Amino acid sequence: MPTLTLLQAVNDGLKTVMRNDPTVLVFGEDVGPKGGVFLATEGLTEEFGVERCFDTPLSEDGIVGAAIGMAMNGLRPVAEIQFQDFIYPAFDQIVSEAAKLRYRSGGQYTAPMVIRTPYGGGIRGGLYHSQSGESYFAHTAGLKVVIPSTPHDAKGLLIASIEDPDPVIFMEPKALYRTLKGEVPEGSYTVELSTLREARAGKDVTVFCYGAMVTVAEKAAEQAATGGIEVAVVDLRTLLPLDEEGVLDAAKRTGRVVVLHEAPRFCGYGAEISALIAEHAIEYMEAPVVRVTGFDTPFPNTLEHNYMPDDRRVLDAIEHVYNF
Amino acid sequence: MDGTDLLTLIEGNGDAPEFDPGMSDEELLYCYGTMLTVRAFDDICLKLQRGGRIGFSIPNKGIEATQVGAASAMRKSDWIFPSYRDFGMALYHGVPPVQMMHNMFGNAEDTTRGRQMPVHFSWTEPIHFVSISSPIGTHIPQAVGAARAFQYRGEDHVCLASFGDGGTSSIGFHSALNFAGVWKAPVVFLCQNNGWAISCPSDEQTASKGYAIKAQAYGMPGVTVDGNDLLAVRQATLEAVARARAGDGPTLIEALTFRMGGHSTSDDPSKYVPKEQLEEWAKRDPVTRMQRYLERRGIWTQAVEDRILAEAQERVAEAARIAEHTPRPGLETIFSDVYADLPAHLRKQGEAAFDLAKRKGDAVAGGGEFPL
Ligand SMILES: Cc1ncc(C[n+]2csc(CCOP(=O)(O)OP(=O)(O)O)c2C)c(N)n1
Ligand SMILES: [Mg+2]
Repeated sequence: MPTLTLLQAVNDGLKTVMRNDPTVLVFGEDVGPKGGVFLATEGLTEEFGVERCFDTPLSEDGIVGAAIGMAMNGLRPVAEIQFQDFIYPAFDQIVSEAAKLRYRSGGQYTAPMVIRTPYGGGIRGGLYHSQSGESYFAHTAGLKVVIPSTPHDAKGLLIASIEDPDPVIFMEPKALYRTLKGEVPEGSYTVELSTLREARAGKDVTVFCYGAMVTVAEKAAEQAATGGIEVAVVDLRTLLPLDEEGVLDAAKRTGRVVVLHEAPRFCGYGAEISALIAEHAIEYMEAPVVRVTGFDTPFPNTLEHNYMPDDRRVLDAIEHVYNF
Repeated sequence: MDGTDLLTLIEGNGDAPEFDPGMSDEELLYCYGTMLTVRAFDDICLKLQRGGRIGFSIPNKGIEATQVGAASAMRKSDWIFPSYRDFGMALYHGVPPVQMMHNMFGNAEDTTRGRQMPVHFSWTEPIHFVSISSPIGTHIPQAVGAARAFQYRGEDHVCLASFGDGGTSSIGFHSALNFAGVWKAPVVFLCQNNGWAISCPSDEQTASKGYAIKAQAYGMPGVTVDGNDLLAVRQATLEAVARARAGDGPTLIEALTFRMGGHSTSDDPSKYVPKEQLEEWAKRDPVTRMQRYLERRGIWTQAVEDRILAEAQERVAEAARIAEHTPRPGLETIFSDVYADLPAHLRKQGEAAFDLAKRKGDAVAGGGEFPL
């Protein structure tokens, strides 16, 4: 099995689907001959031609609006938003249109499409090249929100998202694009949406996380192990619709939970996990659920390493719930 | 006239027949010196970025005349809503290079407190150079609103909104022109058509004959100007500014120029910019054009060049030395300026961050690279 970076796995996923399904089109800013600013679409125009992989004018609203039209008319668009931070001009199209089309037309019109977008910090990108806006979308009925954390899942979840009958916001952890390598099967395969992955087993504490924070949790779990604390790391993979039973099972197994994400805390995704556990598993809990998150501030530049949760902060929270 | 005729005043050989710019020798040399300072700033930032001492910069080579020419038509009491590629406008109006360098290093003296990426400047002095945002086009309607405030108070100040060819595809561009037309707002829209929006050629942004022509649909004059000709850009901007000050409303100026470098220090334009196009535009270098003009006017000699260049290089080198040795912003700057007053939840988050640093040491800076 070839070893690929997460970025190469995305590229491989796109090529695999495009070879199998001529209705799949890939477009966005700089995705054509340049292959995207991160090179996720490298070689696509070359292999599939400009009819199937092309640049658009600089308008996210236009990109997503056009994708919806294509999707309702028999194509499978995969639109790229260059940075998640630049998705907001398309917010109306995503939230008012793509998300609600099936519902408001009684299923006559649908938007089977994927919006791929790199998110998160770690590249010294400051306020506008670092955001984690998943909660805006996870708050929107009708959307699916998927975030891979390994090369294997990036390809499998991407193919599953493209094949899915509903609109999917597919957020790629840019911090892992080139730093994370892993084995990726050749050819087509899918990773089922709305399923969790136990990235590491452990009986003492459960850390729920996703995307780039999975490697941070694994690092903290490694350190906790040297101190005798066995930490389970659960990668949520699909934020919406969430595998709620899976979350509750994993929480009950240890009774001590840390929820970790890079996005700000207030109304962040961790609040949902925490509330779910409070509502349905409180009697199993040995300690209050602790959230480790970005601060409730915009994302800074020089001090980004202080903003983003790191193994220090996660380990501190693990020790806190363990010793509670 | 649909705004697509090209205004050029200085010919390639430096001749400007029958045109009197109404500027003193000192003013002309100041403009030229500013162009050289932009270039020196560019060069040093590229070296700093290559050496890993700053994370990122935006090359300005090739577009100095557009920036300096347009800036020279504005008064200090006017407001500039710049794009990230407008170093020359700041330098022209007297922002000290060291302040720009503080931003490039994101240190404690940076007016943005190291919160923004390099080149995302913000000043209120010596001119309002409004805080730059990365999302393309968002500032264009804001310029219209600020202009409306001038109108409301009966002040004769003008806003200059500067953006790229790519920026004309943004929602902000269209809303802004529409509002400004309806309100007859005192705004000058400057579209710097530098041929490319990262790797997308200018003709992928629009099917219309250039950008100035779009003014027609919004009920304002549009003019196309040779962006590598400082006097032509200045002249077109002066006329637009005069109209705005007189209450006659907005103008869209398209400056035709060329981005001679990459989109940023992380971009490799040789992958997509055709060699012939680059060679063609290299012949129209704006600095050389201005130099020839000054020579014909009898105020340029090699000795003058050497002196101005040495001064410019020394100023930016000194600025870099100072900025590099200025400490980072403190941890508290993550939490300040989110609101006028620090709310309780942010105070707690800040205290927890300080406490953790005390107990477990400071966070370690990562090595992530900026891709575009
Ligand atoms: C809303 C938004 N989408 C995408 C980007 C990413 N991006 C940064 S610069 C750029 C190209 C801008 O081109 P242009 O407006 O011509 O300005 P130039 O860089 O040529 O000066 C793009 C796509 C962004 N900053 N904002
Ligand atoms: Mg451009």
